[in-house]
Amino acid sequence: MTRPVGYGEAIREAFVYLLDRYPRVFAIGQGLWSPWYVGNTMTDLDKQFGKNRIIDTPVSELACTGAAVGASLCGYRPIVIHPRMDFMVLAADQVINQAAKWRHMLGGQVSPAVTIRAIINRGGEQGAQHSQALHSWFAHVPGLRVVMPASVQDARDLLISSVLCDDPVMYIDDRWLYDREAVLPPIVERPLAAEGPKVVREGSDLTLVGAGHSTYLCEQAAELLAAGGVSAEVVDVRVLSPLDAQQIIRSVGKTGRLFAVDGGWRTAGWSAEILAAVTEAVDPAKLRSRPVRIALADAPAPTSKALESIYYPTAATIVDAVRATLGRQEAHVKASA
Amino acid sequence: MARDTWRSDLGGLADPARFREPLDITGQDTAGLLRLLRSMWQIRVVEEQVAALVVAGLAKTPCHLGIGQEAVAVGVCAELRNTDRVFGGHRSHSQFLALGGSPFGLLAEILGRVEGVSHGMGGSMHLYGASVGFHGSVPLVGATIPIAVGAALAAQMDGADSIAVAFFGDGACEEGVFHESLNLAVVYNLPILFVCENNLFASHLDIQFRQPSDRVARYADAHRVRNRTVDGNDVLTVQGAAKELIDAARAGQGPGLLEAVTYRFRGHVGPNEDIDVGVNRRMEDVESWKRRCPIRRLSEALLAGKAVTEAELKRLQTDVHAEVAEAVSKAKAGQYPPTAALLDLVYAND
Ligand SMILES: Cc1ncc(C[n+]2csc(CCOP(=O)(O)OP(=O)(O)O)c2C)c(N)n1
Repeated sequence: MTRPVGYGEAIREAFVYLLDRYPRVFAIGQGLWSPWYVGNTMTDLDKQFGKNRIIDTPVSELACTGAAVGASLCGYRPIVIHPRMDFMVLAADQVINQAAKWRHMLGGQVSPAVTIRAIINRGGEQGAQHSQALHSWFAHVPGLRVVMPASVQDARDLLISSVLCDDPVMYIDDRWLYDREAVLPPIVERPLAAEGPKVVREGSDLTLVGAGHSTYLCEQAAELLAAGGVSAEVVDVRVLSPLDAQQIIRSVGKTGRLFAVDGGWRTAGWSAEILAAVTEAVDPAKLRSRPVRIALADAPAPTSKALESIYYPTAATIVDAVRATLGRQEAHVKASA
Repeated sequence: MARDTWRSDLGGLADPARFREPLDITGQDTAGLLRLLRSMWQIRVVEEQVAALVVAGLAKTPCHLGIGQEAVAVGVCAELRNTDRVFGGHRSHSQFLALGGSPFGLLAEILGRVEGVSHGMGGSMHLYGASVGFHGSVPLVGATIPIAVGAALAAQMDGADSIAVAFFGDGACEEGVFHESLNLAVVYNLPILFVCENNLFASHLDIQFRQPSDRVARYADAHRVRNRTVDGNDVLTVQGAAKELIDAARAGQGPGLLEAVTYRFRGHVGPNEDIDVGVNRRMEDVESWKRRCPIRRLSEALLAGKAVTEAELKRLQTDVHAEVAEAVSKAKAGQYPPTAALLDLVYAND
């Protein structure tokens, strides 16, 4: 296929692939028959595969998630869809206490192979309860795999890997990425456990680490930095949990500088985990500057457009943070010269 | 809630002075009745042994005993097949055993041994026995109700005539997920039986302080789910009502809810009666409910009807005691899980 496809369309391709080949895959959640909720990611799937396999549900996040867990215990591969990650807070028991724990507490005899698709959407004056990126919360829970595709190809391929994985997986896609486009290679099934952070752009002066939409920002920032003669390496984390930090550690070992970019809050957030994982492993003598976190301020998402514009990091925010660090260093070098 | 507006809708069903007489066993086959009796005895004796293990400090896992409530699990499970999928809560020893789960496996689990039904990783509150149809129990109140709904959805998709069963207490009816689950089950016409063991208490608190009525089947009325409220200390009535609802579910007529009114002789957790911490829990009520004991009522009926002799009942009892005693000593001799299990069991794929 040579036509470029969008991130949202790529998700739909993954559904088609899975529903076509795996009769035990089904999707359940709110809004699956309506583009308001899930954009173009599921257009007409109910017409193609039937309303019995694409189930649009009552407003019951907790019971629907529990039902998906229950069906997974009976050999199905359900994908439960939460059109806003915010609403998933109501389903937290089934995600944290049930899906993630059944295997361990029942002695490995059963594995809920459920995929929980959580969609992040924010901005546009939607306010604090329609804007949250809660991946850090879920990445904290052992037993749950947490996946955040940034690229169009990963949007498709990581969904397939998630659904085929025997563990519960939270797959987090982002409405702000739906218009990204790429020409995709044919689908190759890959085990999720073999997937992890990837260098998506090589560089030598510093490492930018992101996940999901933050990776996209990092890529844009790297482009801007390159224009100014700074070479940034970009690592896309892709799988937040279980985290294999080796790729990030290697990159920072090479560049000596770490900038972790996160679309979640700063305190107790996932960017802190990246800093911790790196600083525990990298020889301090190799660090050429202090690691930096670029994350959301610890405030609920505002509704006002004026406040939104300062709330969400952009590529420029990243560039400024990088320049500030490098600038400080240059000034320091000049001063001591 | 003002106390004077509270009313018992269960009436006699919640009154320990009623329903004490021997069960009506006319027309019942003796072998079948003895199977029910033996199952109730086994649960009772296992749980008494669990209480002893707790007192002796050998069992450390929180143990929620259902002594006095045996007829509910036994009556319902008598109508189930091992292809059905049963889920429980924190008080699930009875359901596990009533389905035919091994007393040794249960006791070993309670003692944290690797030979246990959850390989020593679960303890009393996390039981598993898929081969007999028990697909898991967890202590989060209400948590397995939607999971059973999912199992029913799976059964419907399979096109099989198996059903899902969720066991839970009256306290669980206060969780929102119960309502969501009834609604899902009815709008999707799922083959599921919701079984509420209404023992009138949730931990220390009488239902009077928690709900405007003591009849929890009213929630099923609201959701237009077929339901029955029965004396939970009468194993035959429980079985009959369960059969009616299970048959309907198997025949594609959608969910049912069985409310079985009962009482636990012991407290919420552990071997004590909880008279000191139970709000409204009085020793005279406990004593009175013991006169409504499901095992005694069936035994007396069998004797009165001359279906069995004292000696035969005694032998049954001795058998059960011997079986359980052997299970206890074998469980005590078990091993703890290897330390590697801590990390090895977190994910299925690596
Ligand atoms: C979600 C949740 N809240 C509170 C508890 C603590 N808790 C354990 S059992 C219980 C009472 C449950 O009562 P009921 O459902 O009537 O069952 P019973 O113990 O009477 O068998 C409570 C509140 C819990 N385990 N889970």
